[in-house]
Amino acid sequence: MIPFDFDYARSILPLLLEASLVTIAATVVSFAAALAGGLVLVLGMRAPFAAVRWPVWAVVQFIRSTPLLVQLYFLFFVLPGFGISLSPFVTGVAGMGIHYSCYIAEVYRAGLESVHKGQWEAATALNYRKSAAMVQIILPQAIPPIIPVLANYMIAMFKDTPILASITVIELMQTANIIASEKFLYVEPMTLVGLIFLAMSLVASACVRLLQGRLAR
Amino acid sequence: MSPIIKLTNVCKSFGSLVVLDGLDMEVAQGEKVALIGPSGSGKSTVLRTIMTLETISGGEIEIDGEALWHMRRNGKLVAADEAHLRKMRSKVGMVFQQFNLFPHWSVLKNVVNPLRTVLGLSAQDARARAEELLALVGLKDKLNAYPGNLSGGQQQRVAIARALAMRPRIMLFDEVTSALDPELVGEVLNVLRLLAHEHDLTMIMVTHQMGFAREIADRVLFFEKGRIVEAGKPDKVFTNPDSDRTRAFLNAVLQG
Ligand SMILES: Nc1ncnc2c1ncn2[C@@H]1O[C@H](COP(=O)(O)OP(=O)(O)O)[C@@H](O)[C@H]1O
Ligand SMILES: [Mg+2]
Repeated sequence: MIPFDFDYARSILPLLLEASLVTIAATVVSFAAALAGGLVLVLGMRAPFAAVRWPVWAVVQFIRSTPLLVQLYFLFFVLPGFGISLSPFVTGVAGMGIHYSCYIAEVYRAGLESVHKGQWEAATALNYRKSAAMVQIILPQAIPPIIPVLANYMIAMFKDTPILASITVIELMQTANIIASEKFLYVEPMTLVGLIFLAMSLVASACVRLLQGRLAR
Repeated sequence: MSPIIKLTNVCKSFGSLVVLDGLDMEVAQGEKVALIGPSGSGKSTVLRTIMTLETISGGEIEIDGEALWHMRRNGKLVAADEAHLRKMRSKVGMVFQQFNLFPHWSVLKNVVNPLRTVLGLSAQDARARAEELLALVGLKDKLNAYPGNLSGGQQQRVAIARALAMRPRIMLFDEVTSALDPELVGEVLNVLRLLAHEHDLTMIMVTHQMGFAREIADRVLFFEKGRIVEAGKPDKVFTNPDSDRTRAFLNAVLQG
């Protein structure tokens, strides 16, 4: 059996909990960025002009077909060469936000297509501007059914945050790494990281189920 | 007097399917016109092109003396832009077979929001006008209900009130009773009867209610394959049509 030192675990817990605040912040900020970015992308992919639709579509395909880690490395190591250098945290949330916005755009698209086309027609017949019809009539019907899917993406993003350690963001995983490498004791920090992720994921999933129940009513 | 709606040689195809085949049609201001004919003959498409929900493949539509799909710019006739289409749409309202109420809004908001957003009315004026029209269609007690909690007949009456509140000069009705349970058809027809007394309102109704068409239409147009086969006063078309095809259609409908 692997020895587990409870006293040692207790002593490093506060540090890890503090670091998990960075993890939560990274999740929330990159999720918000992905929500906004996804909306821009889906509108771009449905634009009336092919000159807008095609490039947006190509960018989305490209980002979806390459690994997040590669994209983060590109932002972190290559962009400074062009004179753009951002902090690891900002680079990380930008990278995750952009990456996930390409998936969330697809979720929005499904939501928009679930709105009956008669709604657009009624809005046109009442002489709404296209933008007003979108904001006031279509989106309010398209978004509620996709909220649970979006929430699940948020949980997926949360579980993806350890990847930010690779670009030196001092989040939960990176903190555990630093602690572990001091004494080459990996069991306690990694077990705690796992438990913290588990606890937060369970809470988040419970919230999603609650939300789903609400929306189903 | 010049017609308020004038279609000249209008063509419409979906791919290789020709739906309107060189259609000529005129409607006078204030006239009540019923469109009848077999399913797939292009009746809805006519209304939808007038409402700009479908473009046309050829020909010309004029509303109130002005081209619908074209406009003059520097003396030249060019394709209509969104601003021109919006100006033209303000003259026309439409009621659909499937009601198409906005389900996330109450009955009152369904009528008030377009008045506020599109016409820019004040909250007070919009509410007053909405209440007046909802009273007209007999739904004064349903202001705060949601469309999902109304019967089909009630929903369709809200849809009529909502379209009328915009004060269009032309109202288009596309089989507005076809999706209703039989016992709810009457309440919607009663509202249409009321509107038929509005002297200035031009109405075009696609309908399978032959008795109703005969009762309120000034003129009946019988459609087949994207063309008008017969047009005339209801009494003449329904009792003694010139065309054998009209006769065959009426026999089939009145027996079925
Ligand atoms: N958006 C569309 N795409 C392809 N075909 C269509 C479309 N809308 C209508 N049609 C076809 O056009 C024909 C005429 O339709 P419609 O005007 O709805 O007829 P009606 O209202 O007289 O029943 C039908 O054959 C229908 O299938
Ligand atoms: Mg039809």
